[in-house]
Amino acid sequence: MQPLESWGRYPKARQAAVSVHWRTDPLPRVHGSLLPFGQGRSYGDCCLNEGGTLLATSRLDRFIDFDPGRGVLRCEAGVRLGDILAFAVPRGFFLPVLPGTRFVSVGGAIANDIHGKNHFRAGTFGRHVLQLELLRSTGERTVCSPAENAELFAATVAGLGLTGLITWAELQLKPVQGPFIESETVPFRGLDEFFALDADSSQRFEYTVAWIDPRPRGLRGLYFRGDHSARAGKAPPPREPKGFPIDLPGFAVSGPAVAAFNALYYARGRLRTGRKLVRYAPFFFPLDAVGRWNRVYGSQGFLQFQCVVQDRAALGALLERIASSGLRSSLGVLKTFGDVASPGMLSFPRPGATVALDFPNRGAETFALVEALESIVRDAGGALYPAKDARMSPATFAAAYPRAGQFERQVDPAFSSSFWRRVRAA
Amino acid sequence: MRRVLVLGATSAIAQQVARLCAARGAELFLVARNEERLGAVADDLRVRGASVETAVADLDDAARHEDLLARAAPLDVVLLAYGVLGDARETGRDARAAEAVLRTDLLGPVALLTLAAQRLEAQRSGCIVALSSVAGDRGRASNPVYGAAKAGLTAFLSGLRNRLSRAGVRVVTVKPGFVDTPMTGRLPKNPLYASPERVARDVVRAIEGGADVVYTPWWWRWVMLAVRLVPERLFKRLSL
Repeated sequence: MQPLESWGRYPKARQAAVSVHWRTDPLPRVHGSLLPFGQGRSYGDCCLNEGGTLLATSRLDRFIDFDPGRGVLRCEAGVRLGDILAFAVPRGFFLPVLPGTRFVSVGGAIANDIHGKNHFRAGTFGRHVLQLELLRSTGERTVCSPAENAELFAATVAGLGLTGLITWAELQLKPVQGPFIESETVPFRGLDEFFALDADSSQRFEYTVAWIDPRPRGLRGLYFRGDHSARAGKAPPPREPKGFPIDLPGFAVSGPAVAAFNALYYARGRLRTGRKLVRYAPFFFPLDAVGRWNRVYGSQGFLQFQCVVQDRAALGALLERIASSGLRSSLGVLKTFGDVASPGMLSFPRPGATVALDFPNRGAETFALVEALESIVRDAGGALYPAKDARMSPATFAAAYPRAGQFERQVDPAFSSSFWRRVRAA
Repeated sequence: MRRVLVLGATSAIAQQVARLCAARGAELFLVARNEERLGAVADDLRVRGASVETAVADLDDAARHEDLLARAAPLDVVLLAYGVLGDARETGRDARAAEAVLRTDLLGPVALLTLAAQRLEAQRSGCIVALSSVAGDRGRASNPVYGAAKAGLTAFLSGLRNRLSRAGVRVVTVKPGFVDTPMTGRLPKNPLYASPERVARDVVRAIEGGADVVYTPWWWRWVMLAVRLVPERLFKRLSL
């Protein structure tokens, strides 16, 4: 059994869990509030429900219908994106938006309105959801789409599971020739180089993302860009990874250890510059090679910090603040969002640069850094990503999500989450 | 495996076995009680590319058995994957509840497999795979009736195997330990629980290989050996 904790393993929550086995089943009668729980790949507390009950959806993993003419797949909400790819790629189709792991559920991808390396072209995941069914605590089943029950649809996309249980969804896939990506790695130093590379690459490539290492001696990074290759061929679907066996002790992610890892990773990237043909899995999901890699951070877990800011000076200030802190981040990611409108009332993506970093949970030291970063973002008019967040204040949330009041009217009264109670605390 | 009859197709283990069979190109004939759920399972397999037929039937009703087998013919693999755990407190004080568990877990399967065995014996090929349980290896206070039903099924399968081996028909007894399925949904989980996917892989390996009795996960074979070796004088005082 998967542990019912969030990917960051912070905060810890005590809650009951009930598995949903059939999409036609009614919601279980429980004490306390309900919250759908897919694969537990959001980092903070938006998939947790302290004192309530989680509705585990991993058994809602059935396909319902596939129309190869239109590339439309209808499936249950617990199906993982990786399972869709394993099914669709041999049939010449691909998911239009992919996150950094293939182990997220369709329901979770909708509820967090996730984005990928092609946001500037494709927008968020929710834009490719044609319709979905929502099971409310009244027992009512409502089919929602951008045209039908549009208000409830806009609340459910990026709705963090609070509007009811998504039982199934219909997704628009996109055609591809085969399983390969033409990818290219370009090393860079400093933000100016990043933005120059990004401006050029987003014109010529479908997917772009940068790994960054914000360090006291200045920012360095590897810029990855790629396109679907026209080359046909078969690639065996990636295997289920072996799980990381143990919780590592704290020194495994100490500053010097992370600095050494980053130096090696950067050096390796510099040796592998230039174009090459890779299978889709290592390009999109490099971290999936190790199952449960979050155990590297030990049982106390880690904090993800992901924000979007439009102001480059604010981005620079963020990276400097991180570099000057004693905490090094090994999985820093920097990319730019385009201006494709996000469909959800609480969607995170908006024009600007988005940076994601993770910090081992060292208690007060880590919280202080994350709080300092949060205030830079708030002052710059940016936003933090609920799917990654464990700490943001109600004021920061309210400032970044002005439609929260409109959203709240669509929340199912029987549903709640630790995140929601935290950011809506008076 | 060319054509697989799945009895109890909406069970969590059966669903996973059916997916693996579908991936190997097998035709599937699915039987279950609940039409809506059976439809969900069948649609999933069809989308994955399998050729699927279905029949809605309550397999407790032995009068349906012959008709179902005739419709599913020609048979290649017969997978018996249904059963109920029963509430041990209820079956402990209500003989009718105990009988109901025995009917579903033992009498029905014996009747059904008797007919299936005749067909396979006549065609001199095929394979019967049935999900028994480690619970049948020794009766325990936690659920004596379920244990008795599975012990009976295990013994029946053993006898059937003995008889059918001369006709070149295989009989595979699968003994899962604790599996995380709706059947065990109300019980508290512990690290001994296996996923239905894991059990299904072992079932398919048994169908394709030559095994007669399969414990899944494998280490239950040794756990149950130890459990069986405890003298009754001591065993009766244990709480297992």
